[in-house]
Order: sequence, then structure tokens, then C-alpha cells
Amino acid sequence: MTKPSSPMPAAPAPPSDTVAGIVFFGAFALLVMPMLDAFGTIDHFTLNLWGKYLCYALLALSVDMLWGGTGLLSLGQALFFTLGGYMHGMYLMRMIGDQGQYHKPIPDFLVFLGWTDLPSFWRPFEHFSFAMLMVFLLPGALAFVFGWLAFRSRIKGVYFSILTQALTYAGALIFFRNNTLMGGNNGFTDFKSELGFPLADPATQRGLFVVTAAVLLLTVIGLHWLRGTKFGLVQRAIRDGENRTLFSGYATPTFKLFLFVAAAMIAAIGGALYVPQVGIINPSDMTPDKSLEAIVWVAVGGRGTLAGPILGAVAVNLLKSYATRAFPDLWLILLGGLFLLVVLFLPGGLISLPDKLRPLWAKLRRSPAPTA
Amino acid sequence: MAHPLLTVEDVTKTYDGFKAITKLNFYLFEGELRTVIGPNGAGKSTFFDLLTGRAHPDSGKIEYGTDPADSHDLTKMDEVAINRLGIGRKFQAPSVYVDHTVYENLVLSLRGSRGVFASLFLRLGSTETDRIDELLKLIRLDAKRDWKAGLLAHGEKQWLEIGMLLAQEPRVLLIDEPAAGMTDEETHRTGELLLSLAGKHSLVVVEHDMAFVRQIAQNGKVTVLHQGSVLCEGKFDDVQADPRVREVYLGRGKHGNR
Repeated sequence: MTKPSSPMPAAPAPPSDTVAGIVFFGAFALLVMPMLDAFGTIDHFTLNLWGKYLCYALLALSVDMLWGGTGLLSLGQALFFTLGGYMHGMYLMRMIGDQGQYHKPIPDFLVFLGWTDLPSFWRPFEHFSFAMLMVFLLPGALAFVFGWLAFRSRIKGVYFSILTQALTYAGALIFFRNNTLMGGNNGFTDFKSELGFPLADPATQRGLFVVTAAVLLLTVIGLHWLRGTKFGLVQRAIRDGENRTLFSGYATPTFKLFLFVAAAMIAAIGGALYVPQVGIINPSDMTPDKSLEAIVWVAVGGRGTLAGPILGAVAVNLLKSYATRAFPDLWLILLGGLFLLVVLFLPGGLISLPDKLRPLWAKLRRSPAPTA
Repeated sequence: MAHPLLTVEDVTKTYDGFKAITKLNFYLFEGELRTVIGPNGAGKSTFFDLLTGRAHPDSGKIEYGTDPADSHDLTKMDEVAINRLGIGRKFQAPSVYVDHTVYENLVLSLRGSRGVFASLFLRLGSTETDRIDELLKLIRLDAKRDWKAGLLAHGEKQWLEIGMLLAQEPRVLLIDEPAAGMTDEETHRTGELLLSLAGKHSLVVVEHDMAFVRQIAQNGKVTVLHQGSVLCEGKFDDVQADPRVREVYLGRGKHGNR
């Protein structure tokens, strides 16, 4: 009667829906979009914009695996995103070589600050593999130290949120300083090439888009797998009843630390992919309002799901791209209004809209032809 | 005489100058079913907090283990470490994972590894699934195994939490008001379940419902807490007849006329 080994109980969403969604999204982002771009059906600018949205989607997933998944509202995820961007940016800055404004072998901002030699901590970043390693290590290490201190001291709820916000603000202040030797308030820009491929070439940008889509897809698959494991059960148990979890022998601080570090790394890879596609990274990307924006994406899309944060990141940023051109003064009011509307009338986010509309639709169909 | 499994001696706990527990002495022997009663504010919840590591005493000793040479000092340990020693707790307000199914609630409670990495790669074997099936029958939630726990009736949640406690296979069960919110029939069944557990496990049950206390204390001792220390201890009838108990507890309020 009983099978010798049975998988863990299924994740809350019907798995077939999720798998279908993953396949559809994968085909669309990995094949259709790049092909449309290559054949000239959509312009390069559009593809590049979507590449940016997909990076934001990674940030949104990072926010939601903590917020919707574990009940930890981190208001500082953009810090890890930006740090990942800076780590990759250091490599890209080195690849400029002597093609900068001053035609010196070190980045322009260092020349401007009176440096003639490269500071020692910059040196290993001319290796792509080292920079990629640091994309994970630096944000991961910061998340580990902060998380270890916070969770060990049982900092929870709004106190945790405030501290994460303070952390990202402190990060911004440090990176705004010229003496940090990370480009001050201008950050990094004017990148020329990545691994020898010129960034101005549409083919390079297309390649970056495909890599971003692939990373996003792998992240979604990984998070979907995680939800189905016992770890996923513990994660949601912490969200719904941390006391019960503690008194059942689970060291919840360790679980939360693991998630916080993993989420920081997901945000960091998003930031690392963002930099070559957008062409600039600076400390304003880690000011607290950037993290808050990501919270709005997740709320609008639908928290506690995998598709919701991605949908929210893309939808809100599509709207932003349009609205900041059409009526730039109204954008922040629109964003705030959107957040309020979702919280008041659609707590499940856009992703819950089909379920909400289905009864309405059925009613509409029934009324004109009751005999059908 | 055997050494007690739980030894609580001279324990005092103060919150902002308020003495919640004062020089409390309490001994629980292996296999015993002990019922603890006492009026509101007698220190029952604080007592459980101290036993489970949620709070730590200002002074006094709390030791666990029947061998005095190899016992654990619970005053220095946290909730997780104490739970892993084999002391399980059921809360007063039923505390189940509302968004998980009944089955998943039991999976999470099953005895076994509690580590982060172990939980990533765990697969349930037939021993585990059989154990869950057995528990589901015991707590009579077999038909509702795929229900979200939040949809259960109050009494069913209480049973589920008892099931979750049993899934951990603890040596000591600390149970806070198991019958709250149950019908008379459910209460009686809960009593029978607790009585059947005694011997195999050691139990401390805090309860207000006197009919229920009479049922479960038929073989064991009753401890009366009052103002943070033990007022008296003994068989149910003796305790009920004690004039001090009648004065502080039984003689007034709605429980007096039961």
C-alpha cells in the first residue's frame, strides 16, 4: 500500500501550472524575444529595456523569497543588487583600459582623484572569474554577517525591516564618498567591452539578454524546487508560526540566515547582469527608495508566488518607462497610488486577477444565454 | 526511591519586580501524568516557559534526567536545545501551521533531523509515512489530511497539535489547556488519550476544567499553584478537600459549582 519512498507533499500552487509557466516563459525569453530582435521586428532598445526588467525580476524574487516566503520584510535588497553590480562593474572598468577620457591605464575617476597607480584592491578585478566570484561573495558575506547578528539577537518584524533599511542607507553613504575609491556619486559608466565583445554591438546585448533570461529561469526552477522540499515547509512554517517551529526543535535563526544569504546572492546576480545592459551603476541605486520600489513590484505582482514578483517587476517598470516620459511629474504619485490600490482591492496582486475575474466572467456568460 | 526526571528546586522568576514564580519546587517522575491547576496568574504559563527555555529563572535549579550524574541543566538552554532533549510543548492557544495541510503539519513535527541541509534533501520513507498515517487515525483527522490546518475547527486544531507533539516522540509532554474550546465528548476523548500516553511518556497537563482534571488525575497527582509556588499536592479528592485550595481556587468563581 505504502510506496517505499514518496516525495514531499506538493507546493501550494498546482505544480503542472508552474511547470507550464516555466516552459512558456523560457521559450519566450530565451528564443522568441532574441529572434525578434535579430530579425529586426523589435528594435534593440526594446530588447535592452526588457533585459533590464528581467534583472529587476531577479531583485523582486529576492525580495519575495524573504517577504512572501518567510515573512521577513527586508527593505534593503537593492543594496545587494547594487553591490553585485559594482563587483561586475569593477571588471568592466578595467576592460576600458586606456580608452578613457584621460587615456591612462587606470579608471578616469582615479586619475581625477590624483592616483597614478591602481589601488591594490582593484587589481584582481581585471580577471572576469574573480569579479564573478566577488559578485556572490561580497553581498553574500555582508548578508551573512548582518543576518547572523540580527537573527541571533531575535530581531523580527518591523525592527528587522528598519535595520535593513539603515543598512542600505549606510551602504549608499559609503559609496557616495570619493575616498571609497569606487567612483563616488558618479559610480561607474562608459563601459566598452565584456570578455572582448564590444557592449555597443547589438549582438553582445542580445547575448546578455539571453544570459539574463537563462539565469532568471534557473532561479525560478531552483526556487520552485526549494518550495517542494521540507526546507520549503519549514520556511513557510517560520512565516506562519515561528514559535511553534522553535518549540519543535528547528533552529529558525539558521534557516533565516540561509535564506537571507541566498536572497542576497540572487539580488547580486541580478545587479551584475544589470550593469552591462544599462551601462551605469552608482550609489543612488542603493538608496532606500530603490528597495521600497522593489517591494511595490512584489506587492503589485502578488507575493508568496513565483510568477507574481516577475510579473510585478515587468509590469510596474513597463508602466514606469511609459509614465516617466509621458508625465514625469506624476510618476511617484502613480506608483504610490498603484500600491494603495493593490493593497486595498487586490491583496493577492495581479497574479490573483484571473481567479477574481472568473466568477464575473461566468456570470456574464450565463446571463445572455441561460439555456446554453 | 527513583530520581525524578524533572527536578525543579527553589526557582524564582521576576518580571519587572513582579514575582511570577517564587521558590518553586516541583518533581516529575518518569511515566507520571501530573495535572497542574491554579487560578489565573498563579504562574502556570511562566512555569512552562521556564521548563522549555523561553524564559530563564533568576535563581534556582531546573534539571532533566533520571541519572543525577548525567542530567541536563535546563536553565542555560534555549527552546530548540530543550526540545531536542525530548521535551515537547503544546501551547494554550492551538498553534498549528495554518497554511500547511494537516499532513504537512505532521511531516514538520516528525522526529528526525532538524538541520537546514538535511531538510533540503529529505525524502519520507515508509516508516515515516506509516507513522503519519497512524497519528492521523489516532487524532481522527485521517479524512482531513489534505485540509489546510487553518480550516479545522478549534477542537480539531487542538488534536492536531497534540498529534504534532506525539510525532516528535518526546519523553516529556507539557500540555497547556488541551480541552479549551472542545465539546464535552471531545474533552472526554482527549482525557482518554492523555491517560493512554502516561507510562510511555511523562506528562504535565495544565487545565482549568475540573471535570476534565478529575478524569485525568484518577491515578496521578494534582499540583496546585498559587502566587508562583506550590500550595499543595496530592490526589484529586484530597486536593479538592483541602481548605486552602477551596479558598484560593475551588471555592470561588465558576469552577466552584462543578
